[in-house]
Amino acid sequence: MKFLVFIEQRDGKIRKASLEALSLARKLSGLPVAAVLPGKGVTALAKELGKYGAGTVYVADRDDLALYSNKGYVGALDAAAKKASPDAVLIAATSMGKDVAPRFAARHDVSALADVMDLRVEGDRLVAWRPVYSGKARVEVDCGAAKLQIATTRPNVFAAEADVSAGEPSVEGLELGDIAPRAKVLRVETSASKELDVSEADIIVSGGRGIKGPEGWPVVRELQQALGAALGASRAVVDAGWIDHQYQVGQTGKVVSPTLYVACGISGAIQHLAGMGTSKVIVAINKDPEAPIFKVATYGVVGDLFKIVPEFAKAVRAAKAE
Amino acid sequence: MNSLVCIAYVPDTETRIRIGGDGKSIDETDVKWIVSPYDEYGLEEALRIREARGAGIVTVLAIGPERSKTGLRECLARGADEAIWVDATGVPYLDALGTAKALAAAARGGAYDFIWFGQKGVGYDESLVGPMFAELFGVPHVGSVIQLELGEGRVTVHREIEGAHEVVECALPAVFTAQKGLNEPRYASLKGIMAAKKKPIVEKKLAELGIAEADPAQAKTRWRKLELPPARQAVKLVPADDPAAAGKELARLLREESKVI
Repeated sequence: MKFLVFIEQRDGKIRKASLEALSLARKLSGLPVAAVLPGKGVTALAKELGKYGAGTVYVADRDDLALYSNKGYVGALDAAAKKASPDAVLIAATSMGKDVAPRFAARHDVSALADVMDLRVEGDRLVAWRPVYSGKARVEVDCGAAKLQIATTRPNVFAAEADVSAGEPSVEGLELGDIAPRAKVLRVETSASKELDVSEADIIVSGGRGIKGPEGWPVVRELQQALGAALGASRAVVDAGWIDHQYQVGQTGKVVSPTLYVACGISGAIQHLAGMGTSKVIVAINKDPEAPIFKVATYGVVGDLFKIVPEFAKAVRAAKAE
Repeated sequence: MNSLVCIAYVPDTETRIRIGGDGKSIDETDVKWIVSPYDEYGLEEALRIREARGAGIVTVLAIGPERSKTGLRECLARGADEAIWVDATGVPYLDALGTAKALAAAARGGAYDFIWFGQKGVGYDESLVGPMFAELFGVPHVGSVIQLELGEGRVTVHREIEGAHEVVECALPAVFTAQKGLNEPRYASLKGIMAAKKKPIVEKKLAELGIAEADPAQAKTRWRKLELPPARQAVKLVPADDPAAAGKELARLLREESKVI
């Protein structure tokens, strides 16, 4: 099966989620695969993709691709697909990937396997497991006999494996047609704090109603910083206005699969469990021994988070300093 | 300014999912159905645009079995003017492309400035249908919208991405997918509920829209097997009586046992 992988970069840096998709394609095909890299000044980045499995990198390096546009970036993917004639296209299920994949799929009159957590090849088709009902169930899906098989891969689930002995990929420029967008990104506003987003984090420390009010965040923050984690929150505290919704983990917030998820004062409503239940290791600190969070937790402490969490943070710092 | 709001009628987010007898769909017994929460933000924004402009029609559109009409009726009660129901009774599964095609076919001919979807349909969680609709309809789209400012023939929207916002200027008509934070949806008033009973729901048959994918054999993606997630191991409890010792033990377990820090 011939693969083409869409590679995303932001501020001149290739996104890890794209390297995960590329590594996966290399593994599934058994051979170096094709990749497409749109952006401005990206030609210099193409070479590093060789280590992750790219044999050929199609580059669309243009000033007018400096900021994302659906028309430009899907246009680049389309142009690369014409050259590479892939059987399958993989795209990381990031904000950009979720924007690119469905338009590209519809243009080719196929559907897509979205946000997959496991992917394999069966004959001429892709077969995936993906979470549904926010992880309360999982479904095995395939693309049928579609001529072009498309999947988007959930970040943080597949390994980005570098092979330092791999050769440099060949780099080929792409000619794009009219890509003047009707939806034009004027600017990107990064929050002043430049905080790591839960959807990209390996480690997440979340706070729930147990923090008792917005004044409880410093305790959670201390652990978050000790672990180098992203900050998360339950729906209850978002709805109470203790923190902005961008931090919300759960069925109506962000669905995450980090390596480590620490729940501080979160009871674990089904809504919340749905959003973080696929985390590799879960630590729960809650004073209620009956809290549902303990049903999914790997490690638990039934106690006062205001006493436990600061000591936990201290111990993490000490362990890391060793 | 006219808006089309496409809604999905889905199991309540509090629903405990059970696997149905066929092993590839959910057991619908006792499931409470709701308008997918993200679609509510889209509806609310459409109503606010109509109110801000003092004119315009808000049309809600759903595809599905008979119960979808209850969802449409709820939207009419909140203030939508009219509804279109695409009757997909007896169609067990329609993939994202099939759904987008059917919705686009049902919307064809309407004069809409804004077409709203939720950023995902709660349940299938694919985030595919909105952008696919835009592609089929030949209009631009902006996904995960959390803020919208009206201009003349165009709008400026903020779209949520990882750790940042993209500020996007978009020509109309266009598809927008709504993200939490866009607005606070209103509840239906008693007056609204009464008025909704008199508002029209236009019915269209899926078969009449000529969507090949409505035939499950023609679907481009298929569900093969539905399962509950594998059970997690039982929790290892760390005693809390000495907080310092508990903290140290947690750090040790994470470092030595699960090796994640």
